[in-house]
Amino acid sequence: MRRRKLLALALLAAAAPAAAQPAARLLPEGSEIVFTTRQMGVPVEGRFTRFSAEVALDARQPQAGRVVLLVDTASARFGAAELDSEVPQPIWLASAAFPQARFESTAIAAAGGGRFEVAGRLTIKGTTRELRVPVTLADDGAQTVAAGRFTLKRLDFRVGEAEWSDTALLADEVQVRFRLRLDGLPLPP
Amino acid sequence: MTASEPYTTPAIALHWLLALAIVGMLALGTWMTSLPLSPLRLKLYNWHKWAGVLVLALSLLRLAWRLAHRPPAAVAMPAWQRRAAAASHAAMYGLFLAVPLAGWAYSSAAGFPVVLFGVWPLPDFVAADRALAEAIRPLHRLLAWTLAALAALHVAAALHHQFVLRDGLLARMWPARRRR
Repeated sequence: MRRRKLLALALLAAAAPAAAQPAARLLPEGSEIVFTTRQMGVPVEGRFTRFSAEVALDARQPQAGRVVLLVDTASARFGAAELDSEVPQPIWLASAAFPQARFESTAIAAAGGGRFEVAGRLTIKGTTRELRVPVTLADDGAQTVAAGRFTLKRLDFRVGEAEWSDTALLADEVQVRFRLRLDGLPLPP
Repeated sequence: MTASEPYTTPAIALHWLLALAIVGMLALGTWMTSLPLSPLRLKLYNWHKWAGVLVLALSLLRLAWRLAHRPPAAVAMPAWQRRAAAASHAAMYGLFLAVPLAGWAYSSAAGFPVVLFGVWPLPDFVAADRALAEAIRPLHRLLAWTLAALAALHVAAALHHQFVLRDGLLARMWPARRRR
């Protein structure tokens, strides 16, 4: 009985600030998600052109915040048209079966100086992996810019199957950097 | 037989090495661009680029050698042929540099910087720009086929000297005949 009461209290405590978190809106203009692959040593940059985010965060109480980022897997664009049409194929991101990649935060911690450590789950092509991303929040006039970078291993998510799983040809590591312009996420002065 | 002095050994070596390289690069370039996206194509493109950088470097070396060493005196021929030979040689030297430079520029413009042997990144001298890449690609191709046409003319002229005029011109560039 005592345990159940404690649990209820804990749930209340956890839920209460979350409800109070202000929701921010992602502005596509000025936002970007860029990834860099390495093909036989050659860095090749691409970007996703369609993505959305649900951000409920109070920078003063980040531990109660929550971030969900959704990326349209068919929206990857490179400098070359033939690569653009290749990425949605089943051996890469399999966009027909998995139209969206998803990141969902599980814990956000302030690291001081506008820096935050966001832990969460990244799901690509039906595979989920734990991920920790350092994010900085910066004032950009009327909006706030959340920026960061991380490295993921494409083979964890079966991106580039069969003959393309050769990492001498296409490196396993993919560098991702993002810049999300958010409206309605005031920073503490 | 009125064979004059042969070319210097480095000139002969560079001539035949680059002749082989140019024929090989034309074949490789034609083959790789016909392939669909695949690991094989990715490898061929990168090998083509690495080889192209070597061709450019060797062509610069060859040009420097040519400028520093007077070629042997021409065999007797009509003045228009001498002028045509000089003009086509000059055009080919220009293309030895222009073809790889256009290929390099195309690669950069397409957003694929050249990384020699997959290890040494080379600078981009044009920015990544899809429209620019689309403009440079046919230029690289046109320049390459112009070089191929001039080389074919060059071979035809050499064979004409060798088998019709029998004036010993080819011996000046033939490795086996270099015995001085």
